This record gives sequence, structure tokens and C-alpha cells, in this order.
Amino acid sequence: MSIDAKTVEHVANLARLELSGEEKEQFASQLSAILKYAEKLDELDTEGIEPTSHVLPVTNVMREDVVRESVSNETALRNAPDDEDGQFKVPAVLE
Amino acid sequence: MTHYQSYETVIGLEVHVELHTASKIFCGCSTSFGAPPNTHTCPICLGHPGVLPVLNRQAVDYAMKAAMALNCTIADVSKFDRKNYFYPDSPKAYQISQFDQPIGENGWIDIEVDGKTKRIGITRLHLEEDAGKLTHVEGGYASLVDFNRVGTPLVEIVSEPDLRTPEEAKAYLEKLRAIMQYCDVSDVKMEEGSLRCDANISLRPWGQEKFGIRAELKNMNSFRGVQRGLEYEQLRQADILDAGGTVVQETRRWDDSQGKTFSMRGKEESHDYRYFPDPDLVRLHIDSEWKERVRASIPELPDARQARYTAEYGLPAYDAGVITASKKLADFFEESLSYTKDAKAVSNWIMGDLLGYLNQTGKEIEAVRITGQGLGEMIGLLEKGTISGKIAKTVFKEMLESGKRPQQIVEEQGLVQISDEGAIKAIVEKIVAANPQSVEDYRAGKEKAIGFLVGQVMKESRGKANPGLVNKLLVDVLNA
Repeated sequence: MSIDAKTVEHVANLARLELSGEEKEQFASQLSAILKYAEKLDELDTEGIEPTSHVLPVTNVMREDVVRESVSNETALRNAPDDEDGQFKVPAVLE
Repeated sequence: MTHYQSYETVIGLEVHVELHTASKIFCGCSTSFGAPPNTHTCPICLGHPGVLPVLNRQAVDYAMKAAMALNCTIADVSKFDRKNYFYPDSPKAYQISQFDQPIGENGWIDIEVDGKTKRIGITRLHLEEDAGKLTHVEGGYASLVDFNRVGTPLVEIVSEPDLRTPEEAKAYLEKLRAIMQYCDVSDVKMEEGSLRCDANISLRPWGQEKFGIRAELKNMNSFRGVQRGLEYEQLRQADILDAGGTVVQETRRWDDSQGKTFSMRGKEESHDYRYFPDPDLVRLHIDSEWKERVRASIPELPDARQARYTAEYGLPAYDAGVITASKKLADFFEESLSYTKDAKAVSNWIMGDLLGYLNQTGKEIEAVRITGQGLGEMIGLLEKGTISGKIAKTVFKEMLESGKRPQQIVEEQGLVQISDEGAIKAIVEKIVAANPQSVEDYRAGKEKAIGFLVGQVMKESRGKANPGLVNKLLVDVLNA
């Protein structure tokens, strides 16, 4: 499978990345190369093998429903680029 | 003829129900409602790098319980996936949800519309985390985010496109709410957002098998809003189809105050969520022992209770349906029956005076002070003749507001019915003497005149005279 500039643009858009035309071409060829490399796996016969969703042979890891202390409002906002009234302030989101 | 009737409406609902666990689904932060913004967060629910989510066992139990109550098949193996999207209400830029191995699948519930029962399929029920809450600053230059709600466990319940009218959609939603309430997995309050509903709706010519193009409706914040939004959308789509146009597949926002739906600027590429298994969470293996343990915790559900009320107490199906639609109301009904044997009387008081009061005041049953015991005891006082039906209305009203026991109200306000013949006769004689015209009318054959005299006696006794005795004694005196 090869990736064209249009696909790169689509994926970049989903990731909210703005790329120049030159970058799109560059990533298209790089991503294509990566996918081509991974295509080697297609040579394996996986007939009748269950897909792996996790590599650890562990299941049912759970915690009890117990409330633990949260961090303070100040701590929560410490990494916020901007805040107001104890809340994270972000560029306006229009519905 | 309204033109939308030239088409068949097809509706499917996606309902989100917040599970009322004490802590969030993947961390120990509290889920309680109404705390100051961003005081129930931690590095896990804020999506800081390097943290690991750990699944809340209670959330899984609740989700299984809900799925079972909706007659779903419970998965033997289930897992969590990441649903990727950018929006400021999601700190991780993905939501942990379930894609191809939900907790439950292939369920159904029965709804009743116009006296007919209809089975509605449930496609799936899956577990996921809630998002944060966005508010828009006045002037529109910024939005503020409160992450207290992020990570609250939710189940999303997806129906089959089996609903055909807005009324059916409302009935489905009400039944779903009742079942969740009986299972005690959620507060299911639409006003507080613990039950939320999105709807897919399309129209197709009668007889056509293929579904029409659908619109997705959001922001319907009440049961009535859901019905109104769907009714509006039915008309809007019929207009488009009648004019030979095509419905645009899009998400539309219901505006309750304007009574209209509006196109939302689509999240571009919105359905490209690129789900993949969450590597931070291991699989769930749900064995039969676990399933049976959860199944044993499911109480009697609304349909079973309704059937029991008609069979055991002889209630009309409609009354039994109304009472069992709310667990609180059904519990109230049953509590009353510990104090009186007259189920029909209890039902009549609930259907009439109690629901009338709730409708009038817009209150929920939790907000009134009356107890089932109070109603049961009051019916006992009626049976014994301690109070009259008229006084009972007064006592009932007082119980609604003060929550006092009926006996206490009767004593405090001196409402005990007068059944003493001598006392009533004295009043009767007084009234007869004071109203010669009515007495003459009665004796002249105007039987109706007696009604006026009865009214005067009741008034004189402040409603306390035993009405049966009043009638008897009045006739005696008039015919003497």
C-alpha cells in the first residue's frame, strides 16, 4: 500500500497538523516506505489465529470502587496554557 | 392530511446512561455532581503522559447488570478501544470506549403505545468514559473546560431502527429509564445529564425497504424534547422529500426554546475515529460464575411488576403501567399496602391526587413528603369512618407538604368525622330552621333542594359531619 499526498493531508487534518506541500510529499514517501516494510507480515499465514489485542497474558485487572483524593484545582491547572474561573481556557469552540 | 404521513418514519436511539459508581471508571476521583470546577481530577483523568488507567470493577458489574436487564447476550471476552478525536472536552484526544467487543449485544425491551405492545431491539450496550463539560464565554472569544465529569462511567445503549413514531421513541426512553432505575445503576436524571439521548431519524416512502437518508439529532434535554425534536424533524424531512429534494446526512442540534433543529457544523471527517485496542487496558474475561453473580442482583423489573399488580391486585393494566414506570412510585404503592389491604384505593389515590399534584407542581415523587405508610394509614381511617372522603382530600394535601402521619393531622386540625347522631341532628335542625324556602321547595317535590341543605350542614360542620348520616337525618327531619 502506498500513501499519496492527499492521504497525508487527511491524516494531518485529523491530527490537527498543518503541513506544507513539500512536507506532504516527504511524509507520503516516508509513510509509504514504512507501510511497505510492515507488509512483510502479510506473508505469514494467520488463518484461524485470533487477533491479538494485548501482548500481556493478563486479564481482568480491576480496582475496587473507592474514591481517592483528587489533585487541587491549582495543581490541575498548572499545565494549562490559560485558565479562567478555575477552568481550562481554550479557543472558542463553536457548536 | 399532514404530509409526513405519506412517509414511514424510522428512528433509532443512542442513549448514554451515567453509572452511579462512587469513583470514576479508570481512576479514584469522585463522580459526585456539582463540585467546583476541576476539583475532581487527577493525572489519569486529565490524560497526563505516562499514567495508567485501571478499570473500576463496579462499573463493569453495573454495565453487565444493565445489559442483562435489557435482555442482551453478555460477552465472554470484552475489551476497550480508543476512539480518537480532537475536541477540548477530551483531555487525551481519545475516549476510552468499546468498539467490536461490547459488554452486551442483541437485547430487546417491550414498549407499550396506544395499548399495543411492541418489541424494540437493542443492538448493543457498551461501557465508556464520559467527557468534560464545555461552557462558552460570553462574547464567544473563548471556551472554558471543567474536567470533573471526564471519566465518569457511561453505558451507551444503541437501539435497532425499530421505532416508527416520536411517541414510540418517548415510550422506549421511558421504559429504558425505568429499567435502569429498577436496576439501581444510575440516577437517570435527564436534567442533570445522567441520561442523554441522541436520535437517528429518516423517512422513506411506505413499502420501501431501503432506509432513507438520516439526520442525527442532539441536545434534546428532556423526554418531551426528544419527542418534539423528532416531530419537528419528521416535518422538516417530509418537506424536503415532497419538494423532490434529498435530506443531507448530518448532525442537527435541537433548540428547545425555538422548537427547531439546526445543522451543526459537522466535525469534519467526524466518523474517522480510527478505533484501536487500548494497550493500557487488558482484556476482560467474563466467566459464567461472574455473569450469574450479577444476574442474581437484578431485581423484579417494571414489566414483571406491572403483570403482578394486575394479577395480584386487580389493577387495570394502564394504572399498573403508570405506577410501575417509576420505581419510586411502585415502591410507594407497595409500602402503602403494608398498612391497608385496599390496593385499588391506594392506586386511585396515586393515579388521581398524587400524580395530579406532581404534574401540577412539576415535582418528582422524591420531593414530596408523603409516605406510602401515610397513605395506607389514611385509607385505614377512611375505612373506619374516622374521616370522610372530603376530609381525606385535606389530609392527603397536608401529608404531601408536611409528611405528617394522617392520625396526627386529623387530631391537630380537629378533622375527626362527626358520626354522633345527636350532634349531627342538632346541626340539621339548625339548618332546616334557617332555610325555610329550601324546606318548602323540598316538601313541594323539588328533591334537588335537599342537596343545598346537605351542603349547608357540611359547611356548618366544617366538612366533618358523616355525609351518610347527614343525608339520613336530613330526610328524617324533613319528613317528620
